[in-house]
Amino acid sequence: MKASIRKIAVFVEETRTEMGRTVDPPTRRAAAVAVIENPCAGKYVEDLSELMTIGEELGELLTQRAVAALGIPANAAESYGKAAAVGENGELEHAAAILHPKLGAPVRKVLGKGAALIPSSKKRGGLGVALDIPLGHKDAAFVRSHFDGMEVRINDAPRANEIMVAVAVTDSGRPLARVGGLTKDQIKGEDGLR
Amino acid sequence: MPEVTVRKKLTAVEEIFHEGGPVAPAPLRRAVALAVIHNPYAGAYVPHIAGFMDDLKPLGMEMANSLVAALGGNASVVQGYGKGAIVGSAGELEHGALWHVPGGYAMREVLSDAKAIVASTKKVGGPGTRLDVPITHINASYVRSHFDAIEVGLADAPRSDEILLALVMTTGARIHARVGGLKASAIKGEDGLR
Repeated sequence: MKASIRKIAVFVEETRTEMGRTVDPPTRRAAAVAVIENPCAGKYVEDLSELMTIGEELGELLTQRAVAALGIPANAAESYGKAAAVGENGELEHAAAILHPKLGAPVRKVLGKGAALIPSSKKRGGLGVALDIPLGHKDAAFVRSHFDGMEVRINDAPRANEIMVAVAVTDSGRPLARVGGLTKDQIKGEDGLR
Repeated sequence: MPEVTVRKKLTAVEEIFHEGGPVAPAPLRRAVALAVIHNPYAGAYVPHIAGFMDDLKPLGMEMANSLVAALGGNASVVQGYGKGAIVGSAGELEHGALWHVPGGYAMREVLSDAKAIVASTKKVGGPGTRLDVPITHINASYVRSHFDAIEVGLADAPRSDEILLALVMTTGARIHARVGGLKASAIKGEDGLR
């Protein structure tokens, strides 16, 4: 593995009731987060291909971890998202190099499908910074019940020379979703949008 | 007897490979189980609340078992534990104290009658409040390498009429423990202290 990983954290949230109503089955979402050394910290590096390769490795590893934490077959995943937080000695472009060029393909390979864009967010921050990972349906970005987000944070990361990289996977949409729009049973699944 | 209503749960596992020193042969793993429940005593002073401890016992067992499962399913890997509670703003600190018996004894039972007192902390707070849950060795509170803490919290909990309950378990010493004191290998295991 090219990435030097200091720690991995995996979170699973399960919502059983909302406003006194039972959520049945409970909605469940998982996020797997790796805290890695930023090989480009502290200096301007023109060629960010090392970070792109790290993104590819982490796409596979973190998606596998998130799916395993949900305890579902990989093809039962419904929505996904990704995010990165760069420590203070890095630049936002380092997050972009990890997230955008190569991370998505292994995510889709693990899940078996994924025609939709993987929604993403990125920021620079200090220890304990909150990462809001956007979520969208993996086969059709317009499925309104699955527009969501998951907050994760690790109190001791990212250090100045680190990057936090997160992949989130769910087996469901929002609890008690009821604002209309495209539903998951209407997905055509051709263009990744509807 | 008030019913225990769970709004949401979170389980999280951290795997720590190093913290700037040598990579450990086996990573330290730290697991967290959180449950957000309705506070049946929110909004008023209720003199007699102790009966709720019995109501919480099944939830304590469920959370303790979920921690063992999150750490691979074998209780013998668990070496440290702790517990905590965050009471929403319409409750009182004493409501958090209801968690001591059902949370602590559930873990001790699942861990084959672990001998040490379960370290704990609690506070009143709003949604997003973080709690540093203390951790000590399960059979001897004085084992210095296992003094630890893990920060927990949820962005949307506890609401004013809720309580966030936490149990945590770890698989070993701090990743680069080297400040002496009683070693896990030197435990007598008679009094829960040494």
